[in-house]
Amino acid sequence: MSTEVTKMYWRQNIWYLSVLLLIWFIVSFGFGILWADWLNQFRIGGFKLGFWFAQQGSIYCFIAIIVVYVILMNRLDQKFKAKKTMP
Amino acid sequence: MSQTVWTFLIVGISFILYIVVAWWSRAKSTSEFYVAGSGVHPVLNGMATAADWMSAASFLSMAGLIAFLGYQGAEYLMGWTGGYVLLALLLAPYLRKFGKFTVPDFIGERYYSQGARLVAVIAALFVSFTYVVGQMKGVGVAFSRFLEIDFKYGVIIGVLIVFFYAVLGGMKGITYTQVAQFCVLIFAYLVPAIFISVLMVNNPIPQLGLGGKLHDGTYLLDKLDQVCRDLGFQEYTISKKNTIDFAFITAALMLGTAGLPHVIVRFFTVPNVKDARKSAGWALLFIALLYTTAPAIAVFSRTNLIDTVQDKPYSELPAWFKNWEGTGLLKFEDKNGDGKVQYYNDANPTFVQDVANERGWKGSELTVDRDIMVLANPEIANLPAWVVALVVAGGLAAALSTAAGLLLVISTSISHDLFKNWLRPKISEKGELKTARITIAIAVVIAGWAGINPPGYVAQVVAFAFGLAAASFFPAIIMGIFSKRINKQGAIAGMITGLVFTTAYIVYFKFLGGTPDAYWWGISPEGIGTLGMLFNFIVSIGVTYLTPPPPLEVQQMVEHIRLPDD
Repeated sequence: MSTEVTKMYWRQNIWYLSVLLLIWFIVSFGFGILWADWLNQFRIGGFKLGFWFAQQGSIYCFIAIIVVYVILMNRLDQKFKAKKTMP
Repeated sequence: MSQTVWTFLIVGISFILYIVVAWWSRAKSTSEFYVAGSGVHPVLNGMATAADWMSAASFLSMAGLIAFLGYQGAEYLMGWTGGYVLLALLLAPYLRKFGKFTVPDFIGERYYSQGARLVAVIAALFVSFTYVVGQMKGVGVAFSRFLEIDFKYGVIIGVLIVFFYAVLGGMKGITYTQVAQFCVLIFAYLVPAIFISVLMVNNPIPQLGLGGKLHDGTYLLDKLDQVCRDLGFQEYTISKKNTIDFAFITAALMLGTAGLPHVIVRFFTVPNVKDARKSAGWALLFIALLYTTAPAIAVFSRTNLIDTVQDKPYSELPAWFKNWEGTGLLKFEDKNGDGKVQYYNDANPTFVQDVANERGWKGSELTVDRDIMVLANPEIANLPAWVVALVVAGGLAAALSTAAGLLLVISTSISHDLFKNWLRPKISEKGELKTARITIAIAVVIAGWAGINPPGYVAQVVAFAFGLAAASFFPAIIMGIFSKRINKQGAIAGMITGLVFTTAYIVYFKFLGGTPDAYWWGISPEGIGTLGMLFNFIVSIGVTYLTPPPPLEVQQMVEHIRLPDD
């Protein structure tokens, strides 16, 4: 198996991870804790925005992050398999 | 039918269901006993993980805890869900590719050292045991409150049920029973929440109802903020806590979740790497069903409670109030002798001086146990008796499923990590299976005994299981996957630093009389695992670069687990 392909696979994976974990950090520690007071001046319906992120929104984002990662990695796995079997 | 008959009936049916499932899925090999033969469908594994994860505390206590903490309750909500992102992205796929049975297996092989394996086994045993005692206690409490059975016999019934399916079925039996238990517990949690949401804000989805309007046109959350202000409490939706401490506690719970052995081991049970990732997503979705409903229940029930009792004559209170007084979960003491209930924040000196004294209030007259927020919900909303019975069955399902998962980790640590991989490497598969069954049987009995006579430290220690998992397992596993350079000296030094530092900080501030003003940067013991984890990382990396790199075959193993399925 070519190490070039393996390296490409791992680098791409690390790139996905970095971006998604940054989003993970921003929606929970950022919106839910650090900037919550500032966000609370905005509202969606009956929710103050900071409060919504802390008790609801961050959890929805967590699910979305995993879904996106699963989709991206399934695609990357396919690509990897195709390249590996190429002459 | 009376309440007790309904409760016996529904709890009985749920127990029969578990036993039938367990009999149908009993284990025949060590692989089935430890990891259900790695043949569990990712959606089912998601459900099993959710049931494994959500304990009696999540089911019974969390909504009540949030109701009294308000905004800050977010540390539990985010902390106990955010860890699944780390699991899905950083741990589960690689550990599944590694393809053995336990977390100490991975630590032992990745760090090519029996010493590292032993540290991992001890940490796994300590974390799982403190946790399981709490579950057994929860089982006893649920039985004694609802079925009017003595607490002791409640625990014994719970022990017998778990004994039956854990010893017989191992991981396979536990997995499929957990799937059934998840269905029972989530149904039991959502039904009352939906009813109450419709009653209060006319919205059948509690997650949206939380932001809904009351019948008088004000937003529910604004109303609760107003009520809290009027009674001298902190506003519900505003955070007043030290931000560093808030973030550290949230992080410790997240990292701890990702490092708990009974959660990690669930991802060894799916067929391949792809399914491990998918399964973590399903698990979080199922967990989120409960975790996004809990804050709604918290707000509904706190508003309801205050509305119902505040400044009302005791004689005119509804029947449920008096029922629950009988259990000791609600206490009313007429301190100023006016026959009415005054509930307010008597620890707020300005409020006491300016408002309470003027109105002739002599201290808050109501004591509320937080568990009541979930337990009494159906009665407060006037729901039929079978819903109350369902909540009892749900609480028991939550406690039993978590207990079984933990007991399996305890038995695997002993039969597989200690016996098979250390003391008796030549043991046959049949012998190992027998050892596993015997150890789980002994573990169930000890856990039951400890549940009846809980050591005094248990309640305080359970929360710290997370801190310890965060400070020990999490960095060792992450670095083992993402660095080829990290070696055994580094990993062992790091794990020991994390464990010793975190334990010392907790013991000093919880048991040796340390006071909160001496906290480092205001970090409370619940959040210190995060700092322990950082120390672990620093020490591991430092020691690693002073010592030689790991052998070539270990580096190859790391490369192997990073790649997708063949």
